[in-house]
Amino acid sequence: MAEAQTGHVAGAGGAHRIEYVEDVVKAFLIATAFWGVVGFTVGLVIALQLAWPQLNLGFEYTTFGRLRPLHTSAVIFAFGGNALLGTSLHVVQRTCRARLFGGAEAGWFLFWGYQFFIVMAALGYVMGITQSKEYAEPEWYVDLWLTLVWVVYLIVFMGTVMKREEPHIYVANWFYLAFIITIAVLHIGNNLSIPVSLFGARSYHVTAGVQDAMIQWWYGHNAVGFFLTAGFLAMMYYIIPKQADRPIYSYRLSIVHFWSLIFLYIWAGPHHLHYTALPDWAQTLGMVFSVMLWMPSWGGMINGIMTLAGAWHKLRTDPSLRFSVTAVGFYGMSTFEGPVMSIKAVNALSHYTDWTIGHVHSGAMGWVGFICFGALYYLVPVMWKRERLYSVRMVSWHYWIATIGIVLYITAMWVSGIMQGLMWRAYDDLGFLQYAFVETVAAMHPFYIIRALGGLLFVLGSVMMAYNLWRTIRGDVRASEVTPARAGYAAAPAE
Amino acid sequence: MAYKHERFETNVIILAVGILVTIAIGGLVQIIPLFTLETTIERVQGMRPYTPLELMGRNIYIREGCYVCHSQMIRTFRDEVERYGHYSIAAESMYDHPFQWGSKRTGPDLARVGGRYSNEWHVAHMVDPRSVVPESIMPSYPFLNRPLRYDNIERHLRTQRTVGVPYSDEMVQNARADLEAQARPDADGAGLMQRYPRTTQAAFDGNPERITEMDALIAYMQMLGTLVRFSDVTPEQLRQ
Repeated sequence: MAEAQTGHVAGAGGAHRIEYVEDVVKAFLIATAFWGVVGFTVGLVIALQLAWPQLNLGFEYTTFGRLRPLHTSAVIFAFGGNALLGTSLHVVQRTCRARLFGGAEAGWFLFWGYQFFIVMAALGYVMGITQSKEYAEPEWYVDLWLTLVWVVYLIVFMGTVMKREEPHIYVANWFYLAFIITIAVLHIGNNLSIPVSLFGARSYHVTAGVQDAMIQWWYGHNAVGFFLTAGFLAMMYYIIPKQADRPIYSYRLSIVHFWSLIFLYIWAGPHHLHYTALPDWAQTLGMVFSVMLWMPSWGGMINGIMTLAGAWHKLRTDPSLRFSVTAVGFYGMSTFEGPVMSIKAVNALSHYTDWTIGHVHSGAMGWVGFICFGALYYLVPVMWKRERLYSVRMVSWHYWIATIGIVLYITAMWVSGIMQGLMWRAYDDLGFLQYAFVETVAAMHPFYIIRALGGLLFVLGSVMMAYNLWRTIRGDVRASEVTPARAGYAAAPAE
Repeated sequence: MAYKHERFETNVIILAVGILVTIAIGGLVQIIPLFTLETTIERVQGMRPYTPLELMGRNIYIREGCYVCHSQMIRTFRDEVERYGHYSIAAESMYDHPFQWGSKRTGPDLARVGGRYSNEWHVAHMVDPRSVVPESIMPSYPFLNRPLRYDNIERHLRTQRTVGVPYSDEMVQNARADLEAQARPDADGAGLMQRYPRTTQAAFDGNPERITEMDALIAYMQMLGTLVRFSDVTPEQLRQ
């Protein structure tokens, strides 16, 4: 079995007569970088609005309430989504040794169909068209369109797998398939609504109150579990072995953690609703399964990091691999923090505070962001058939700037979140609540500035990346880096 | 195990069905009982559908993304109950399509903000939050002083009825009149009060001549958490 794994990875590089659909993948990669810069920048803007509310500018289109869904959707669905669609179409062709099912036409429909979804959703948010379900804000007409695009995606992906020359379906494709199927189920389940009129944007949800809350967080947590985790684990299972030139660490571990991860994740939703009007039995189920989820999550982390066994020295010379491996490190950190926060006693303090925001961003910037950056730095030279990146030093700079940005972001949110949680429950000597709500808001101001600074660094890094990738695509090599970076590996002493 | 797993790795249909079954279990176990167990929603007195004006105000609340920073769910803790009032119960959001519990308190919880502040305070706060709360970081909403669009209000009520809110034919037929009556303190509100008990009639934005988005939003906020009188609720009714 181990040989088969190596065979898949090695075989992927040795493509012969099959004419892969590559232009669509290239378009998705460009869109990933573009939407990344846009999404991070909007995030920076709303971070600054929280520090200085005058930056809401008094226009209805620029208030925090309308820009926040724009930020979350731009990062999750535009940046992350384009990365997932692009890499999945690349990985499924290479690891199956099969041309994309439906050919370039189906690929281009997916590309433009998905961009159209993003633009329609974004325009809606700014104009105030939202159904107010977090991470599922687009209204019914956008939801219908996405459903169509997604069904085509499922057919194209499964069709390509069916056409494969390889006897086995490579592990990355299991994760991609789980991501595609589950997102379809979640998207439909959480968006059942009746439009007020066929010519208007507004609709009312079929479910209400407590049931609706449960369905929303069944969706919301598994948008994290399947969009932001399973999909990016698929990316990890392809990119890291390619970058490190090593097979996956443990085949058995990948089987065990795949099935346990997708089984357990779906139960975790109610930890978003601790101590609310959701019945206790559901809260307890959510907590118990969230804690159990720690194990399969770390299974994925171990499998990703240990793939470097025997190739650790590459971390020193290949900063794009450093991105991918640090991403897996952040994945391990946030999938430990998550189960801790799902414990009711901890959640009592952390819920409703910035701690949650910090947790999400260690996952989104550290895990999702970094694994995407690693994938972009790896795939752009491959797809455009360039010897190397325009500048490897610039990747190194991006790495450190972004890492410091994340550290500032997370620590600021830990401090402000825990501080605010403690202030809310503080009592004075006479048994009265010690702080008015607005005092806790004022206390967070310095941390909001630190957070915005962290976000600024992250944006700067992404702009450097976009520039670096653009010059790579043009075929340039930075004049001061004449020694090919890849030669550096061979010269490095063995550990 | 590797051997037994082979069929999943060699047949994408089997793999897809395996995934679908695996991910279906948790969701079904957690969601279906919430619709079938009678104890999920408490049987308390006082809940009624939103008045047409409140419904339109709620739509503005959703449009502006208020849920992004304000929760409507008071948890069962001493400090929350002392700060915001009785903890929220499931019955109080039984007509909320969709729910507005929120997930973040950048601003305070609003589940029981109804009646806490005067209409004048709300108007001043919406137009310029820092004029009444200097440390506030809320955006200002001066543009809410524009006329409310409610030409299709009957349709809104009918759609709400389709998804399960008990709006009667009479409520739908009188929707426009009820909406206008609630925003005009001098109008005859007998029908409105009879159809929607515990409703406040007022020029919420201070101007009885025009019906604005501000009227609707404040009407909605002033009723939040006021329908269930907890002095009439017995502990047995709250047992889930």
